Amino acid sequence: MKLTVNGEALELNAGNLADLLAKLDYEGDWLATAVNGDLVHREERAAHPLKEGDRIEILSPMQGG
Amino acid sequence: MRLELYGKTISSRLLLGTARYPSPAILAEAVRRSKTEIVTVSLRRETAGGKAGGAFFQLIRDLGVQVLPNTAGCHSAREAVLTAKMAREVFGTTWIKLEVIGHHDTLQPDVFELVEAAKILVSEGFEVFPYTTDDLVVGEKLLAAGCRVLMPWCAPIGSAMGPQNLPALKSMRAEFPDVPLIIDAGIGRPSHATAVMELGYDAVLLNTAVAIAGDPAEMAEAFAKAIEAGHIAHHAGMLEPRDLAVPSTPVIGKGVFA
Repeated sequence: MKLTVNGEALELNAGNLADLLAKLDYEGDWLATAVNGDLVHREERAAHPLKEGDRIEILSPMQGG
Repeated sequence: MRLELYGKTISSRLLLGTARYPSPAILAEAVRRSKTEIVTVSLRRETAGGKAGGAFFQLIRDLGVQVLPNTAGCHSAREAVLTAKMAREVFGTTWIKLEVIGHHDTLQPDVFELVEAAKILVSEGFEVFPYTTDDLVVGEKLLAAGCRVLMPWCAPIGSAMGPQNLPALKSMRAEFPDVPLIIDAGIGRPSHATAVMELGYDAVLLNTAVAIAGDPAEMAEAFAKAIEAGHIAHHAGMLEPRDLAVPSTPVIGKGVFA
């Protein structure tokens, strides 16, 4: 399936958001995720199915002012 | 003479950003030397599978300071609200430094979107620190939206120009005597920070002026002292300027030699 992850087009099969993070080797309890512009809480990722064309953002702590 | 921000009492009146330091170790040293209790952080797209963000987050946690996440780079209320929610998820705090940028060159806040975002965030339980202009009407709208702190700029972000409109900052202080007012953005040198603290501002948020200094840790200490000096001076009550000379030495009893 075609997904956009952090602005990049990917061709990858993932049943849900937790599955996607695992397949892309993302780990850590400091990651925040959104699908199509809506926050998906950490505990909801496994129950959040992904579908063709979904836009996923994966953010993490960074320096800021 | 402590400051209360959303129920948290702090002694340092310097809030420090964490961007643009030469190294994580120098950032940590600047935080320690400034004795700041609050640092701003951001959220960005992770590219290293979580490792880059994890390392930075660990550094911040080790410093034992209060985290104030920002919504830097957001240009609409919708974007800022989503970023704030993601920040709450990551950092586990309801504090948010709300930035909604409206102008490309000056990074001037879009105050219309800012007020809109503040309303939504307050209704969702956030404690909002809005980065705003020195406009009194916008200040009133933000307070009406439920903000209990205001963070006016004194010059464009990173410009180091120092306070550009002291009369406006002065009227903001007079208009909102009981609201914690934090100068955010535009400070270039310690004397700028002293000047705004002398007006009665409650704190100063800094980043570039410290991070890009020749010796960031030393500059952080200089700013901490300058901010403290301005704060104490304001409380001590300063002499107002006057047009004519006034002798400081008593005239009565002076020797007569002519």
